[in-house]
Amino acid sequence: MKNIVIIGNGISGITAARHIRKFSDHHIQVISAESEYFFSRTALMYVYMGHMNWKHLLPYENDFWRKNDINLVHDRVKTVKPEVKKVLLDKGEPIAYDDLIIATGSKPNKFGWPGQELKGVRGLYSKQDLEALEYYVPNKKVCKRAVIVGGGLIGIELAEMLRSRDIPVTMLVRESNFWNNVLPDEEAKMLNEHIREHHIDLRLERNLDSIIDDGNGKVKAIKVKETSEVIGCDYVGLTPGVSPNVSFLKDSDIEINKGVVVNRYLETNIDHVYAIGDCAEQKKPIGNRPPIEAVWYTGRMMGEVVAQTICGNKTAYNPGNWFNSAKFLDIEYQTYGWVFNQPQNGDDDFYWKHPDENICIHIHYERSSRKFKGINTFGFRLRHEVMDKWLNEERSVDFVIDHIDEANFDPEFYEDPTKAIKKAFYKKHSNKAAV
Amino acid sequence: MSLDRNLSLTGEAPRKLNHQQKLSTAVGILGLIILLLASFNVQLQPRWMFLTLALSAIAGGIIWFAKASYSGIPKGIKNDGAFLKPMTSRGVVAYATGIGLTGFYIILYFFPELIGLNENGANTGLIALFDPLSQFLANRPASQWFVYGTLYTIAILFFGIKFMWKYRHNRYQRLRTFSVSFFQLGFAFIIPELMARLNSKDFSLPYYDLKNIWPLNYYNFQQYRVDSMIEAGDVGLGLLIFGVVSIFIITPILTFKYGKRWYCSWVCGCGGLAETAGDPYRHLSDKSTRAWKIERWLVHGVVVFVTLMTTAVIYSYLGTDTSKYWLTKSSFLLGVAGILSLIFAWVMIFKRERIQKDAKYAAIGFFVLIIGLMGLHFISSTDQLFLLSAGDLQKSYGFLIGSIFSGVVGTGFYPILGNRVWCRFGCPMAAILGFQQKLFSRFRISTNGGQCISCGNCSTYCEMGIDVRAYAQKGQNIVRSSCVGCGICSAVCPRGVLKLENDKVKGRINPKDVLLGNDVNLMEYVNSKIKNF
Ligand SMILES: Cc1cc2nc3c(=O)[nH]c(=O)nc-3n(C[C@H](O)[C@H](O)[C@H](O)COP(=O)(O)OP(=O)(O)OC[C@H]3O[C@@H](n4cnc5c(N)ncnc54)[C@H](O)[C@@H]3O)c2cc1C
Ligand code: SF4
Ligand code: SF4
Repeated sequence: MKNIVIIGNGISGITAARHIRKFSDHHIQVISAESEYFFSRTALMYVYMGHMNWKHLLPYENDFWRKNDINLVHDRVKTVKPEVKKVLLDKGEPIAYDDLIIATGSKPNKFGWPGQELKGVRGLYSKQDLEALEYYVPNKKVCKRAVIVGGGLIGIELAEMLRSRDIPVTMLVRESNFWNNVLPDEEAKMLNEHIREHHIDLRLERNLDSIIDDGNGKVKAIKVKETSEVIGCDYVGLTPGVSPNVSFLKDSDIEINKGVVVNRYLETNIDHVYAIGDCAEQKKPIGNRPPIEAVWYTGRMMGEVVAQTICGNKTAYNPGNWFNSAKFLDIEYQTYGWVFNQPQNGDDDFYWKHPDENICIHIHYERSSRKFKGINTFGFRLRHEVMDKWLNEERSVDFVIDHIDEANFDPEFYEDPTKAIKKAFYKKHSNKAAV
Repeated sequence: MSLDRNLSLTGEAPRKLNHQQKLSTAVGILGLIILLLASFNVQLQPRWMFLTLALSAIAGGIIWFAKASYSGIPKGIKNDGAFLKPMTSRGVVAYATGIGLTGFYIILYFFPELIGLNENGANTGLIALFDPLSQFLANRPASQWFVYGTLYTIAILFFGIKFMWKYRHNRYQRLRTFSVSFFQLGFAFIIPELMARLNSKDFSLPYYDLKNIWPLNYYNFQQYRVDSMIEAGDVGLGLLIFGVVSIFIITPILTFKYGKRWYCSWVCGCGGLAETAGDPYRHLSDKSTRAWKIERWLVHGVVVFVTLMTTAVIYSYLGTDTSKYWLTKSSFLLGVAGILSLIFAWVMIFKRERIQKDAKYAAIGFFVLIIGLMGLHFISSTDQLFLLSAGDLQKSYGFLIGSIFSGVVGTGFYPILGNRVWCRFGCPMAAILGFQQKLFSRFRISTNGGQCISCGNCSTYCEMGIDVRAYAQKGQNIVRSSCVGCGICSAVCPRGVLKLENDKVKGRINPKDVLLGNDVNLMEYVNSKIKNF
């Protein structure tokens, strides 16, 4: 029986703990400063919007942990001493480990803007950020306007939250269309419109210059870099991405770059110390994946993998096909395989949009071999298993279109877009053949 | 700020009621006030005019409220503030509404004379207000049930419109709401009233809502009903046969093909009211495993109760002489015991793995039933079962289950306990359909590979208190006997993870542990291990 210590009770740390318990009777301790129990970070927004209470964010009932002999320690880790195999805590006694898993997640980026530490300026990542939001932005009387800096997945969620309480929102986005660094123009433009339909003041190609103090250490306004316009506001949400939350390790011997550097086995440079989830950085990126993958699913997968290794079945992190999903206000988004904002060299694309609704798909494929590389869908659900299989089988784009109805995962009785998709594809395709 | 401060305590309702919502609520309340005045015997003449006024105000108020809430904003999920508004988060108004509704049910079931019922003369008060409509439809004065039926139908129809507006992006929701409205208006309300019109001295049919199936209409096989159906010739006999066929043939076939949702979410009036008028309260259902435990004991207890009670009732009026009528007391009892044993044996032999832990409950239920039947047989001379006559048994069932549970608690407590309390904890029909759904049905809720982000929307908005997320985050399909197939979990899921579908029975339940997205070999390895775990 080993002594396993896990820092961080997010999806990656908790998945590791659960799987280690499944396969062994090791002693497991999970240390976390943010909350006593594991909660779904992805659902933070719904508490502010009143769709759920805090307790609904907890995927397991509170006695689950005791029943499964997973010991929770509600404390902050000051630092790690690998040379004596101990972690030092803020409040409690040092804890000794045989194997240590670092799963400390991310923190919101701040790019050194003047005024970024003022009151009322926050990211949206933690439970404490949510509480701050409730404090600074309870309603539109207290907060006359909010400014969101950075338009990514978290930025749009924050905007949706604030709009649910009717708070005027201005959003500064660096790209020329929303999330255009990831999405192709067509989809990004559709989202621009949808965002404005929700009365969000979307400012494209705008950056933050500085945040202005009201004289009492609280935000009063922000200044836009390009136009020098000053926008009065009572809250600034900083959502220009996240980066690994690893600064507490800087005095240890564990190798840090942006995140904790790991190999394919999720091992750090030090024996018996592993890192998983948002805070891990692959020494060599895997395929098209970025070295730091800050999404829920990869955290979960890494947790599953590291548990294997710790339980004696040494396993490499070997993720399958890329997939992801999100929701932009009312529009659901899914992606399978790789679709970039521009077709890669040698690739072609096929785009179809419903004439009236916010429903569209975008496929990238290799021009010469016609190999299917990936698909984006908006307002149209696809079956993960089927897409995964087709990607594994390296199907052609023609096959995918021919069989697209088999992958339709929309609820029953929904208008079926697959006929129109096929028609559009065959039309484009036959035109090409004619040229 | 403390870390564990409960956010909902400080949260403010996003967008308090807007002006139009307030005005429309006032219009609806005006309609209710007219009804209230009538209840206090204020003379409102001409009655038909005030009745029309009251019902139009209620209907119009609801539609206007829906328009004020959902029109002119983009379509999509509309749950903003559900836990922040007092009405939908157990605030004072919610309790007041709950108490008001409960009071209404108590008067309706137990003191109808308070609202003017007079069986030996002209009605007064509220019930008299409804006389013109009842005369028009059925050619007879109104009763408390007519009043209730009318208000019930109006609630389903107009809150149904509100619901369709709310889910206008979702065709599944629109269609099934249209369906329950149709069945309520046609089958529960208009047809039975018109049937009453046909009744004369020598031809009389009991009230028969064709979509009500035993054990929901637990009274269906009472002597007076059966007699009057038999006496009414072909039509009556047809109804009686339909009653039996719908239990033993129609129901299992439809449940096999579509799951119990064909009834609970597309046809049933109780479900209909829960889904329309009760929709704003669906998130109040209790999701704890403790509630799940209570649910299984209660709902199956009711099934045992209703089966025994119905058997006792039929038994009480059957004869003992085969030469008079083929069905006698003892052959009937043997028949029931035989059918129950067959079902039990079939489940234990072929479906054992499906019910796992529930096997214990099934066995307990079965043996209680058999012992009850035996008791019935041995003390047959007195027509008594456990010191209660069949009639008393039915009366107590009617009182405890039919009135208190389904009405007073089931509907009266919508704003406190959520909208499907009756369907979940009390309805024997739901339990029987659920049993079929779990054991042999093509229906399941498929989980979309590894896309679940454990956000919990599905579990929160499941009115049956099913922890959908617990399955979805493991990549497992949801096959639960209590699922009524309302489709709301699928609608509110922000990641497109859930799909209600009918497909091959094989592979319906898919124990999975490592989710899609990971290394395929690891998935196989872990899943093979888990099976032997
Ligand atoms: C608002 C929001 C929405 C999101 N939505 C999605 C989505 O829809 N889909 C998706 O794929 N991803 C989403 N993400 C990203 C996803 O939530 C993260 O990728 C995931 O939570 C990372 O999990 P983790 O276990 O690696 O880290 P975390 O969840 O960050 O957990 C790490 C924990 O460790 C604790 N910790 C850190 N340092 C210490 C220390 N020194 N001592 C003690 N404890 C410490 C932290 O407080 C934290 O509780 C979202 C993120 C946010 C913020
Ligand atoms: S599981 Fe889904 S479909 Fe079934 S009752 Fe719950 S919300 Fe409705
Ligand atoms: S709503 Fe969807 S994403 Fe959220 S927990 Fe349920 S299945 Fe998972």
